[in-house]
Amino acid sequence: MSTQEFALPDVGEGLTEAEIVRWRVTVGDEVSVNQAIVDIETAKAVVELPSPFAGTVSGLLVSEGTVVPVGTPILAVEVRDREPVLIGYGVAHEGTRRRRLRTAGPAPAEAPAVTGGPRAKPPVRALARTLGIDLATVTPTGPHGDITREDLQRMSTTRDTPGSSSTVSIAQSATSGVPAIRLGEVIPVRGVRRAMAEAMVRSMEQAPHVTEWVDVDVSRTVELVERLRGRADFEGVRVTPLTIVAAAIVRSLRRTPIVNATWHDLPDGSAEIEVHRHVNLGIAVASPRGLVVPHVPGVDRMSLRQLAEAITEVTERARAGTLVPADSVGGTITLTNVGVFGVDGGTPILNPGEAAILAMGRILDRAWVVNGGLAVRPVMELTLSFDHRIVDGAAGSTFLADVAAFLHDPVD
Amino acid sequence: MNEDVVRLLSPEGERIEHEDYPLEADHDQLRAMYRDIVLARRTDVESTALQRTGELGLWCPVLGQEGVQVGAAHAMRSHDYGFTTYREVGMFQVRGVDPVELLHLYRGISHASWDPREVGLGIFTIVIGSHALHSVGYAMGIQRDGADDAVLSCFGDGATSTGDVHEAMVFASVFSAPVVFLVQNNQWAISVPVTRQARAPLSVRAAGYGMPSVRIDGNDVLAGLAVTRAALDRAREGGGPTFIEAVTYRRGPHTTSDDPTRYRDDGEVEHWASLDPLDRLRRYLEAEGAIDEEFTARVAAEAEGLGERLRAAIRGMEDPEPLGMFDHVYVEPHRQVQADRAAMQDYLASLELR
Ligand SMILES: Cc1ncc(C[n+]2csc(CCOP(=O)(O)OP(=O)(O)O)c2C)c(N)n1
Repeated sequence: MSTQEFALPDVGEGLTEAEIVRWRVTVGDEVSVNQAIVDIETAKAVVELPSPFAGTVSGLLVSEGTVVPVGTPILAVEVRDREPVLIGYGVAHEGTRRRRLRTAGPAPAEAPAVTGGPRAKPPVRALARTLGIDLATVTPTGPHGDITREDLQRMSTTRDTPGSSSTVSIAQSATSGVPAIRLGEVIPVRGVRRAMAEAMVRSMEQAPHVTEWVDVDVSRTVELVERLRGRADFEGVRVTPLTIVAAAIVRSLRRTPIVNATWHDLPDGSAEIEVHRHVNLGIAVASPRGLVVPHVPGVDRMSLRQLAEAITEVTERARAGTLVPADSVGGTITLTNVGVFGVDGGTPILNPGEAAILAMGRILDRAWVVNGGLAVRPVMELTLSFDHRIVDGAAGSTFLADVAAFLHDPVD
Repeated sequence: MNEDVVRLLSPEGERIEHEDYPLEADHDQLRAMYRDIVLARRTDVESTALQRTGELGLWCPVLGQEGVQVGAAHAMRSHDYGFTTYREVGMFQVRGVDPVELLHLYRGISHASWDPREVGLGIFTIVIGSHALHSVGYAMGIQRDGADDAVLSCFGDGATSTGDVHEAMVFASVFSAPVVFLVQNNQWAISVPVTRQARAPLSVRAAGYGMPSVRIDGNDVLAGLAVTRAALDRAREGGGPTFIEAVTYRRGPHTTSDDPTRYRDDGEVEHWASLDPLDRLRRYLEAEGAIDEEFTARVAAEAEGLGERLRAAIRGMEDPEPLGMFDHVYVEPHRQVQADRAAMQDYLASLELR
């Protein structure tokens, strides 16, 4: 007998790492060539890996939920001697020390046996993670005792009803878009969160941020939203103050197009500013997987109705986790709605490659001076961060003031 | 699937007569087609597994599209010539290319190891649509040679949106080139649905070029055989090009790097699984008494052997010599390539690698 190890392959043209999602075999199992042994999730997909060997599983070298680099041995199989060795996978002898795993996690030997665990297909497992549902708590209704997508959906709707299910953690029930977190948990940084982290660091390192803010009486914007909702040609279209802010951005960029631009460092040390022809409006969405910024391309050529529809479409897909990579590259300016979390403003960080990001705060009734007297008005704070390499104070302020003026007095 | 397609075999495996496409296929040929589909499928499954175990950089699954591929390849005569994308595993199976050779490209060993002239199939083309032009150029060469061969030019629905395909159609039509354009409309170009490529059926486009077109059930191997054969014969007799749109479906991912669950429903995939090309051929052949259990078991065993052979062959593949990449750039020695080769040689020597 000899032990052969299966090293995590690059299953997607240049990937560097993958997460071990679920073992389909356990120590002691007999495996045949091409038998599915493990589900892994890469930046591109959840895929099932087949065994290249026939023999007896002698070790699961990486535990579920761990991210490991390509090339890490993940499975050890006892094969009968003289079994041909696959190119690229040397024979490791018994007692060989395993490579240390990069991410801390429970020792593989202590990992629970998989065979008795809940059964679900990889996309369903991925959805469960997205929804923060522990598969062990789900009653399966699918064939062979599989947990189905519907099972999860049923569970997540009952869960959203206050006070219904005990699986809701307190953190999760507080605000939608804030994923559940257990006390004392150590959270691996990967996927959407890692992408967000890298983008934010890059942005802060490269772009000198300037942040300005202004409060605006949005009575007329609120009226306009109400009016549009009642209009026959807007039937079935979701119109919100965010729609009007998006329209205000498009309108205001006409006077200060420099706010819709990208800085390029050239290889020879010089630099250029590309002023975009069109406006691709990024919308920051707190999705269950973390912050994502899909964009709506070509908003400058849209009617208000098209704009409303396009924003709804892309944010729904973001929340459902069905964005495609193209949704997230190519934005030219970003709008973020921090008001939904009950705050007024902040210092937004630019989406890398963009010159400006506008945050809209909550709409709050405030004492407001109108014609020399006090009145109660719905007021919103707007915060604009811009890249001071591209946008100077005059242009940035003009743009912000124009957005505010439009919201104060929108023309539809 | 739309009903406006030519179909000679229903999903239930019943033979349907079509007045424009009478077909008399003898049992031997039908059995051969059955075997070709089974073996192509096995190559596909095994290659996908080899990619997943790190032996191949990439693989382009064919599951669901083998029907039209095998049918159309059976329609070709030995001197006819085909140009394909990266997905026509079924055609290579029929034309007798050892499936082991299909792996070379995806292991990064060579662009192609078969001799296109011998096999009558060009190398895999990754650049979408470019080989439509090569097809027409080859076909115009046939015209100038005065031969009675014809060319089969295969590409996908996505390729129809490229400029190259448009130019190819213009030249083919204006010069009455002996070429048949076979579009496998598998509904998706990676994550882009065919509805983003065309507002009308793709076959309708042919009219604009003054070219006849036929829409066929791409999961029906018999329609693939009969319609392609008629079109190739028309081409070789001087009738000019034909456009065939084979309506089919890619049931697997676009490539092993793709995750189709991100852009389409399981329901769609299941629907097309119920229209499987192999299932319907098997039902038909069983009802005809053309195959029995002994035959299907033999083919299944052959497929198993093929899987083992592919695994063993991968282990035996040697990495190519770095300098080999300069060998087949031009037919004749070329100054620039020779200079590049010499530079590479110096570089390798400086690393003391060789
Ligand atoms: C000229 C060119 N552009 C883009 C690509 C990237 N690409 C690879 S496959 C593909 C989709 C092709 O779709 P389709 O023609 O429908 O063929 P299928 O893959 O579905 O068989 C694209 C865009 C390419 N290979 N070549």
